[in-house]
Amino acid sequence: MGRVALEHVTKRFGDTVAVDDVSFEVDGHEFVVLLGPSGCGKTTALRMVAGLDEPDSGTIRIGERIVNGVEAKDRDVAMVFQSYALYPHLSVRKNIEFPLRTRRVPSQERGALVVQAAGALGLEGLLDRRPGQLSGGQRQRVALARAIVRRPEVFLMDEPLSNLDAKLRVQTRAELVELQRRLEATVIYVTHDQVEAMTMGHRIAVMDAGVLQQIGPPQAVYDRPANLFVAGFIGSPPMNTITARVSNRDGQPTIEVPGGSVPVPSPLAPALHRSATSEVVVGVRPEHLRMASDGFAPATVTVVESLGHELHVICRLTDDQMVIVRQAVGGAVPHEGDAVSLSAAPGDLHLFDGGTGARIGAG
Amino acid sequence: MDADRASRSVARKRTGRTVLRYAVLTGLALVILFPIYVTIVGSLLRPDQLATRPPQLFPTHPLWQSYSRAWGAGHLGRYLFNSALVSAVIVLGQLATSIVAAYAFAFLEFPLKRTIFVTFLATLMVPFEVTLVTNLATIVSLGWYDTYAGLAVPFLATGFGAFLLRQAFLGIPRDLQDAAALDGYGHWRFMTRVAIPLARPAVAALAVFSFLGAWNQYLWPLLITKDDRLRTVQIGLRQLRAVSLDQVNVTFAGVIIVSLPLFVLLVVFQKQLVRGLTAGAVKG
Amino acid sequence: MTGPEPVGQSASIRLVERRRRVREAGLGYVLVLPSLVLFAAFVFYPFIHTLYLGFYRTPPFPGLPRHYVGLAQYRSVLRSGAFTSSIATTLAFAAMTVPASLVLGTALALLAHARLRGIGVYRTIFSSTVATSVAVASVIFGTLLNPVVGFLPWLGLQTAPPILENPSWALVAVAVTSVWQSAGLAFILISSGLQSIPDDLLEAAQVDGANSWTRLWRVTLPMLTPTLFFTVVVGSIVAFQAFGQIDLLTQGGPIHRTNVLTYAIYTAIRQDNDEGRAAVLTAALFAITLVLTLIQVRVLERRVHYGR
Repeated sequence: MGRVALEHVTKRFGDTVAVDDVSFEVDGHEFVVLLGPSGCGKTTALRMVAGLDEPDSGTIRIGERIVNGVEAKDRDVAMVFQSYALYPHLSVRKNIEFPLRTRRVPSQERGALVVQAAGALGLEGLLDRRPGQLSGGQRQRVALARAIVRRPEVFLMDEPLSNLDAKLRVQTRAELVELQRRLEATVIYVTHDQVEAMTMGHRIAVMDAGVLQQIGPPQAVYDRPANLFVAGFIGSPPMNTITARVSNRDGQPTIEVPGGSVPVPSPLAPALHRSATSEVVVGVRPEHLRMASDGFAPATVTVVESLGHELHVICRLTDDQMVIVRQAVGGAVPHEGDAVSLSAAPGDLHLFDGGTGARIGAG
Repeated sequence: MDADRASRSVARKRTGRTVLRYAVLTGLALVILFPIYVTIVGSLLRPDQLATRPPQLFPTHPLWQSYSRAWGAGHLGRYLFNSALVSAVIVLGQLATSIVAAYAFAFLEFPLKRTIFVTFLATLMVPFEVTLVTNLATIVSLGWYDTYAGLAVPFLATGFGAFLLRQAFLGIPRDLQDAAALDGYGHWRFMTRVAIPLARPAVAALAVFSFLGAWNQYLWPLLITKDDRLRTVQIGLRQLRAVSLDQVNVTFAGVIIVSLPLFVLLVVFQKQLVRGLTAGAVKG
Repeated sequence: MTGPEPVGQSASIRLVERRRRVREAGLGYVLVLPSLVLFAAFVFYPFIHTLYLGFYRTPPFPGLPRHYVGLAQYRSVLRSGAFTSSIATTLAFAAMTVPASLVLGTALALLAHARLRGIGVYRTIFSSTVATSVAVASVIFGTLLNPVVGFLPWLGLQTAPPILENPSWALVAVAVTSVWQSAGLAFILISSGLQSIPDDLLEAAQVDGANSWTRLWRVTLPMLTPTLFFTVVVGSIVAFQAFGQIDLLTQGGPIHRTNVLTYAIYTAIRQDNDEGRAAVLTAALFAITLVLTLIQVRVLERRVHYGR
């Protein structure tokens, strides 16, 4: 099963840089998710691996082979399109068979492989139907069957779940993960849905405006986001970001938050000192914020949302910045207008450079 | 570097294919354009230059008088006027009848609506020739032989137009109708202020399509007019050819004059033209 | 809803409602009336009447009444040699123009369906013949094919007698004129069909390992079949109704070799003043067109793949 490597790949469309000097590697049998908002370049990057677009500069390798300039049909990849791109004039069987016919696999072998692929996805009874007669979920499985029938080196998937309804999406997510583990396939998966990224990938590569922001295992990206963008993109509800300043109180580096202050957590102090910035953004996840009596930031409760299993308490800081606190159901329920004091453990505080957004921290 | 070499060889292959494509495209374009080009050139040559071998492909001393000769001897001014008038009447008539009929089909309820709509569509099945003989007799008995009325009236309604515009009207969201009803819009206001503006692409397409059909009519004007007074431009070409058999340059000039309005139309209204012509073909 | 309405009130509501519906229906009829009147007068009535006229033989001298002969006129006209050869000529003409138009239109559409620089110029050139009318095209080609001022001698293709007077080649010449004139329309129609094929379908084929040729035959053309089918059906109907080219180029000759049905109808009306004969011929033309269209729908539509 193949490795994929992008080395300093750049792609421009007219004046826009869609992919900007992106480099990363995907190991064999690995499930990597390219995550980002619309227009961040993730689909363009995927298409370049597929061979549907060529990079303006940089190298793309599949296996050990440099595939720049190699046509899509010679790259030994399979792709599942967002729209599934099934051939409407062919039956399900012929759809799945298509990649084998183009490579002149003898018909005996073809038949067996098609049955195998169809079986893996539960399509046995639908082989003679046309795509137009299938439901969305069934069509998606045909697209998958067509991709796996050849056992290519790499599977590429472009937002394959986005056209499914919510319930089917959750179910199919699990099925896809199971399929990848079973086939031990190398998968590059593009999505804008951070839940999919967190639950499906071995590693997540976050992109924004053509630039790779961070790549790492889901938990690492969650716990140590490399910049403000990643911090705000991963996690729902998103991480709270509070604009603050750094000052020096009696020799102790302190973060001045609206209405209060908190000492700089000691692991972060050296890096903060090195960066020599005074404008910072403090990041703290909603589940790490507590409403206590001894917090460092006074706030007023504005809205309390109950989700059944937890509360989202939206508070306004003294300078009108808003934060969300996640609180378990069962304790004292805050009310609109309550004055509270926000607090968080020092280890749960993230610091970001106020200008660049980059993480300030050890390692 | 390996990547660069691979890229370059693929780029070369792709360039080769592109060059081939351009070559074939250019070849075919020349074949298609050739008759038009020869016509333009021929209209500017002297009659004796036209028969030279090898033929002259570029007018060194263009003879612009051919155009004025074609205009005069060919009565082209008169014919262009006739064609323009008749076509305009037909286009307006078809637009008017199609818009109101389509409005009725799309927004009103009345008994037998379905049947009547099918009747409209049935007119598309009846080819022009079948009605020819009788229409001729009808027009004559109405006293409209050799009149503008005879040229235009039989074509003032079209099933295709009603079909096309009904589609367009049906595409108008229900919300807009409800909002208009709440605002107290009567049918006339709704039709003129909401429906027609929203269906503008289809209306434009129909107008272009109707105009093309009316301008290019041949058999009917041939049968229904008898002299210069009312002749349309297509029949005028027929006359022009007879008149200037030995003056090919004049004939060519006439052809260019006659085609110019349509060429201008094609360039200006390319999008609407394409939409009108493909309304039936592509299942959308 | 609260309790039941008082009886009198609901009755008056229903009355208002009914009046509104009647008004609406009335308006509906008024709006479709102009079209219906025109259709009745100039489409449906003539359709029936023309068939009926075929039952009456027109006298050779104007002024005399025509007399009823029942099916005899239909029989005599339809059995005549002139009619049979006219049908043969019409069919030959259609056979020469429809496939050629289709192939040419498809070739042009496929070639011009590329993201190349300046492709818009080519597309305009290819659609340009839609701005020519049959008359314009015929006058141009009539001159181009003229033995004295035309281009054939230069290309070394002169025939004896000259092509438009040549019994073996006249119909071909007229067919070429027609194909050229309709190339623009065919190009526009088929191009539209091409553009409606989703890009990702062809990209999927690429990733699935198909080369350009395979993509053309196994994806593009099958997805194009609805458009091609439409072009063939409409093209055949138009070919059967071709008239202007014949009138301007060959007038049915030489020796009736280009005497398609429409020209025979025209001759019957204008030259022979034989209304009855013309009526029979138009009925025959309609019947043949209808049968051929039905055959095409039966045979060809089975091979059409309507996507989605």
